[in-house]
Amino acid sequence: MKIYTDTGKKDTRSGFGAGLTELGKTNPNVVALCADLIGSLKMQDFIDENPERFFQVGIAEANMMGMAAGLTIGGKIPFAGTFANFATGRVYDQIRQSIAYSGKNVKICASHSGVTLGEDGATHQILEDLGLMKMLPGMTVINTCDFNQTKAATIAVAEHDGPVYLRFGRPKVANFTPEDQKFEIGKAVQLYEGNDVTIIATGHLVWEAIQAAQQLSEKGISADVINIHTIKPLDEEAIINSVKKTGCVVTAEEHNYLGGLGESVARTLSENLPAPQEFVATQDTFGESGTPDQLMEKYGLNANAIIKATEKVLKRK
Amino acid sequence: MSKIKELEDFATQVRRDILRQVHAVNSGHPGGSLGCTEFFTALYQGGVMEHKPEFNMDGNEEDLFFLSNGHISPVFYSVLARSGYFPVEELKTFRHIDSRLQGHPTTHEGLPGIRVASGSLGQGMSVALGAAQAKKLNQDDHLVFSLHGDGELQEGQNWEAIMYAAGNNVDNLIATVDLNGQQIDGSTETVLPMGNMKAKFEAFGWDVMEIEDGNNMQAVIDGLNEAKTRTGKGKPVCVLMTTVMGNGVDFMMHTHAWHGKAPNDEQLETALAQNPETLGDY
Repeated sequence: MKIYTDTGKKDTRSGFGAGLTELGKTNPNVVALCADLIGSLKMQDFIDENPERFFQVGIAEANMMGMAAGLTIGGKIPFAGTFANFATGRVYDQIRQSIAYSGKNVKICASHSGVTLGEDGATHQILEDLGLMKMLPGMTVINTCDFNQTKAATIAVAEHDGPVYLRFGRPKVANFTPEDQKFEIGKAVQLYEGNDVTIIATGHLVWEAIQAAQQLSEKGISADVINIHTIKPLDEEAIINSVKKTGCVVTAEEHNYLGGLGESVARTLSENLPAPQEFVATQDTFGESGTPDQLMEKYGLNANAIIKATEKVLKRK
Repeated sequence: MSKIKELEDFATQVRRDILRQVHAVNSGHPGGSLGCTEFFTALYQGGVMEHKPEFNMDGNEEDLFFLSNGHISPVFYSVLARSGYFPVEELKTFRHIDSRLQGHPTTHEGLPGIRVASGSLGQGMSVALGAAQAKKLNQDDHLVFSLHGDGELQEGQNWEAIMYAAGNNVDNLIATVDLNGQQIDGSTETVLPMGNMKAKFEAFGWDVMEIEDGNNMQAVIDGLNEAKTRTGKGKPVCVLMTTVMGNGVDFMMHTHAWHGKAPNDEQLETALAQNPETLGDY
């Protein structure tokens, strides 16, 4: 069984910062905006190297989204960064009208998504953002799993013409995807080949899915594991081909089970290849204060939860 | 014929277009459109704005305009069409199915002259600010104009943008506020009094000037040209432009009743009689 090695824990937001810094060197049209969270978003290097291409808007996310839309007029590629909660729910109508409906080439960069934001609690832990963003026509929705993938995705979305929601997080997590990976928007990444169950994970749950697959393998269960970094457009072909082999699926995401990756997978399968599915996700609840690990455990968002879901879905085959 | 008379004739034809557009679909917003007819005419026909005949979304090396209060689309569409952005005949399709002339302006259908969707209020100043900042980055010394309703300033996002613009010396922006004192539910004084608008903008650090009669063509042109001379001096420029909602149609004036209501056949006839055809109806 293939071994995925954690090369050292890093936060995905630092992957975003590193990607943005590289874009600062390579793409003169890239500009960045932030709503008083430079440190949290790891944007300081870009700012130091490109002060004239950075816009500090203050605690005013609505204005930031509108300004980002306006900056595209004249050919800029704006990366607007803040916490996921303030990058989506707080400014939904600004994104909807000024960015999505207007077809503006804005990259909405959302850190501190999900419960792993930790101690700040539910006011800041959005678990609904993937649903909000994927419902917007024309919006590309990406949720990366580690530092390297986040860096690669940040660089890749600059080349994509259209609005993008790029979701990442706060805690230091395993960094296991290749440093030199080519990030293809809308293309699933196959992590393990297996025949008994398909496990489709996104974001912080991808590493957990790998751990789960290894433990399942010891129990004689072979899992087909797919890293879906792009929730929309969804790589439906990869999902269908996998479930053709396995006949059942577990989806795993740090998001409400309503509106997230799991629902997109369920829709794909119901249209093409109906199959039993279990959802590793939060169950229509808000989060709370705690450490990331405590919260992932309490809300059923880790390898153990994926194993339990797998055992359950296998019985339904 | 004097230039002003020519522009007034243009505005009269625009008024006919506004009335006929909303009448044909029995929907739309004639009141604010009629009140801002001189403003749009001045911008696009009166030499205030330097704009290219062919539409290009990026708008480099030309002045840009953003309509924030998108519901006054009838006046915007008429002036854009009669300025050559798209065929005047297309005004017939206003608010129809499969039309580029949506109820509120949008880029979605590719209508030349529109650079962002508006209609959900309070967003246009932020967009204009972004475009103004892009011009500075591109070392393009052209200006960005925007228009906002007075009632629209009740939306909080405006004040985020107003604070940003002054704090960051966005001095290539001229934001005009249509002070007609009316909104859907009544006068702004009864719905939500907004106090001294001039003092508010000044307190935020803007250079504020006034056009006392926003329905006088000469006054509007002079005012906007004066505003242009105030750009590039470290402050964003606000033009508080007093207009009469429904201007040019006696029974639509000085009331909020025609904010979002179309005239019936008889009312249309009366309104058109007060605005005789000048450039030819579509």
